[in-house]
Amino acid sequence: MRIFEFDTLKEIIDTMRKNKLRSVLTGFAVAWGIFMLMLLLGSGQGLKNGITANFEQRATNMVNVWPRRSSMPYKGLKAFRRLRFDNTDIQWMRQQHPEIEYISGYIGQSQSVSYNQESGNYNIEGVMPDYQYINNVVIHANEGRFINQMDEMQRRKIVVISDQVANTLFKEQNPIGHWVQIGSIPFQVVGVDRKASTGDQGRCYIPHNTAQLMYNRGLRTDEVYLTVVGLHTIKDNEAFEDRLRAGLNRKHRVHPDDKSAFGVWNQAASYVQTMSIFHTIDLFVLFIGICTLIGGMAGIGNIMVITVKERTREFGIRKALGATPATILTSILLESVVITTVFGYLGMLLGVGSLELVNSLLGSGSGESRFKVFLNPSVDLNVVLLSTLLLIACGLIAGYIPARKAVRIKPIEAMRAD
Amino acid sequence: MDIDAGEYVSIMGASGSGKSTMLNILGILDDYDEGQYVLDGKRIQHLSETQSAAYRNKMIGFIFQSFNLIPFKNALENVALPLFYKGITRKRRNQMAMDYLDRLGLKEWWHHYPNELSGGQKQRIAIARALITKPSIILADEPTGALDSTTTEEVMQLLTEVNNMGITTIIVTHEQSVAEKTKRIIHLRDGIIESDIRKHHENL
Repeated sequence: MRIFEFDTLKEIIDTMRKNKLRSVLTGFAVAWGIFMLMLLLGSGQGLKNGITANFEQRATNMVNVWPRRSSMPYKGLKAFRRLRFDNTDIQWMRQQHPEIEYISGYIGQSQSVSYNQESGNYNIEGVMPDYQYINNVVIHANEGRFINQMDEMQRRKIVVISDQVANTLFKEQNPIGHWVQIGSIPFQVVGVDRKASTGDQGRCYIPHNTAQLMYNRGLRTDEVYLTVVGLHTIKDNEAFEDRLRAGLNRKHRVHPDDKSAFGVWNQAASYVQTMSIFHTIDLFVLFIGICTLIGGMAGIGNIMVITVKERTREFGIRKALGATPATILTSILLESVVITTVFGYLGMLLGVGSLELVNSLLGSGSGESRFKVFLNPSVDLNVVLLSTLLLIACGLIAGYIPARKAVRIKPIEAMRAD
Repeated sequence: MDIDAGEYVSIMGASGSGKSTMLNILGILDDYDEGQYVLDGKRIQHLSETQSAAYRNKMIGFIFQSFNLIPFKNALENVALPLFYKGITRKRRNQMAMDYLDRLGLKEWWHHYPNELSGGQKQRIAIARALITKPSIILADEPTGALDSTTTEEVMQLLTEVNNMGITTIIVTHEQSVAEKTKRIIHLRDGIIESDIRKHHENL
């Protein structure tokens, strides 16, 4: 059978060109289906990317714990007792909770920092080496290092400055090795944090021990930041929070039922929650996507049925001139395949183009600091290819059923049909 | 009823007399239940669609009352179409089609679409299309039914020429004047051959 000969294809393309409206209508159904599908999937992904990006500024499994006041009397201790953390709390938490991966004390103080003529008021944060991983500190290869254990042990006067601080105090100059004044004390810059932070003023990390000394904390710390591993569900996270509170209440001799003695903020829990929302959104998008596809399929099917009916007479003529049923059937089906492929591809290009356009508009319009809702919308190309294939298959089936009937009809009857 | 190669026959009869049915059977466009039809020594009955298509393509040229040109193809493409189903290359097809159009005096009209042509021109294109495969039989179903008397004359002249080329020509018609042009007139009534008259004078 000479089915896939170039000449056959040429005849089909010729027929399509001469019947532009019909071809374009069929094609439009396909292109539109694929286009909408891509927009839908892309938007879903963009939304997900945007929301997820907001979490990435800190480790998604981060927990922040801070001491408050006891709210009930317990074992002879009065209520409203001010509670405080010190170094032993950090060690104790690590020992008690194997889920903890990184942990760091935190001492925060706002202070002026100056270099030559430039100065600014920044948040000075006394943190431990682990804090790099808790807060996703980004230090580029040639821009020094974060605080290490030696800095802590020797209470070194070194500082890691954030992007904003480096830009304000040093402009284009490389800050590494230079000395800045924090208050009146000189600190040597050992690293620059290039993490794109969200709108806060600049920050300077100094060793925790140095901060304790500098701000008269003795062995105390203001807050504790930690990350946990292996907690995947909201239930896991709640259980961990309960255990953490119970342990701290015991250690600080606080009433076991006192829920407000320590503040606990668990980013992991809100992350897990958001992700579960996205899971629902994913399902929803999938559902709408399938509906869109079905719409497209119905459109193609409909047009194919009408097309074949409309062409019954032509098929009759072709048969009288010596076309076998197989050649006619093949040409109908090939035509359908060519149309769905070409227009499916077009819809795909259009979809990719639109998503890129949306992306570039959003990228140029929003500041760094904005809470991101939509970011980098993209579509899994495999899904799109699969959908296109599905539409092609659908065009085939939708064309095949009426075509088989039309081809069986006697030429003389076909030619009488008007 | 026997029709020899090269004969020029017209089949006449009132509507409903079975002349169209007969033509359909002769053209292998339709199957039949009783009797037998032998074409070129081969019995034609219960053929598969593919077989009958091959016979039609090789041996039979059709001419219809309503022309049955494909509306979205121009004159040249319409004439060339049977050759496509013969598997002849596009270039060769178009050459041959142009040649036939030229013979029928329609060379200048090759790029026109059927709706831009007169009835006579359309029928001449249909004749060119029927001739292009060099068939042994031309079957014409009321070829002049949709034409005025002048063009009817022209078309009949053409069909006579076709017959003179040695092609068996069978015309179904209810017009006496058309039948007069042929050399043998078969009258049908209610599906039965009523009369079969051979004329011995020469046309043209």
